[in-house]
Amino acid sequence: MNCRGLFDRRSWVVVVSLVASHAAFSGDDQRGAGVALLPKYKQECAACHVAFAPGMLPAESWRRLLGNLPQHYGTDASLDAASVNELATWLSANAGTYKRVREAPPEDRITRSAWFIRKHDEVPAAAWQRPAVKSAANCAACHTKADQGDFNERTVRIPR
Amino acid sequence: MTHSNLIRHVGTALIAGAIPIGAHAATPQDLQAGYSALAGTSAAPDRGQQLFTTRHGRDWSCSSCHGAVPTQPGKHTSTGKPIAALAPAFNPERFADAAKTEKWFRRNCNDVMGRECTPAEKADVVAWLRTLK
Repeated sequence: MNCRGLFDRRSWVVVVSLVASHAAFSGDDQRGAGVALLPKYKQECAACHVAFAPGMLPAESWRRLLGNLPQHYGTDASLDAASVNELATWLSANAGTYKRVREAPPEDRITRSAWFIRKHDEVPAAAWQRPAVKSAANCAACHTKADQGDFNERTVRIPR
Repeated sequence: MTHSNLIRHVGTALIAGAIPIGAHAATPQDLQAGYSALAGTSAAPDRGQQLFTTRHGRDWSCSSCHGAVPTQPGKHTSTGKPIAALAPAFNPERFADAAKTEKWFRRNCNDVMGRECTPAEKADVVAWLRTLK
């Protein structure tokens, strides 16, 4: 039996999409996938910015951020103690633990992590300054499915 | 009942939760009335507009993120995230929850003015936003 006989056209589609989804959910892209967001996290944190995946920072960074919400990167993001506790429990359970995220980035900024800088080294400096982008924290400016936790390169559209 | 007793009475009612400040479901009208009662003055929409659209010695005004006339979506001035319309006639979720309203006044007045807003200022802003139809 030749290869064509073993895998008809439809089977190939299944195989290829399985491989593709495995690639999307493994290795570096794991940061953006797999964890259902706590409703409280979405409600409180995604009011001002994209709901960054918890695995993008180590527990140590999340702990510091939650301990300093009244001075959160230049804005007051203060929250009641019960909400802070709920977020702390969930973030520490879902924080990044694999090797590239284990170390806290400077200022606990995702955008200063070594993996982030390397992943974005092809983006021209001028692109970050465009009015539609403004900030490296504005993931959704280019990652069109960032709000769904999908950072796959195929969904990237850099605005002009 | 003297005037100051009346204010004290209303204030006590507010703190005790008879008027839902810090509680759950509310209307923009309730919230404005609650703030006015705490302030002991009536609200002035034009003062609210002034507060909202001008800077107060810092980088941002309320309008920096919400727009000068917040009947349409705004955009967070540092992260670029869209912010739904603030005027309650254009977004029924606004000023519908006292705790949420207090949380955002606390944060945003701190960012814009470097202090919390007074009840009178909050009443003025809500009154102005209610005039936008």
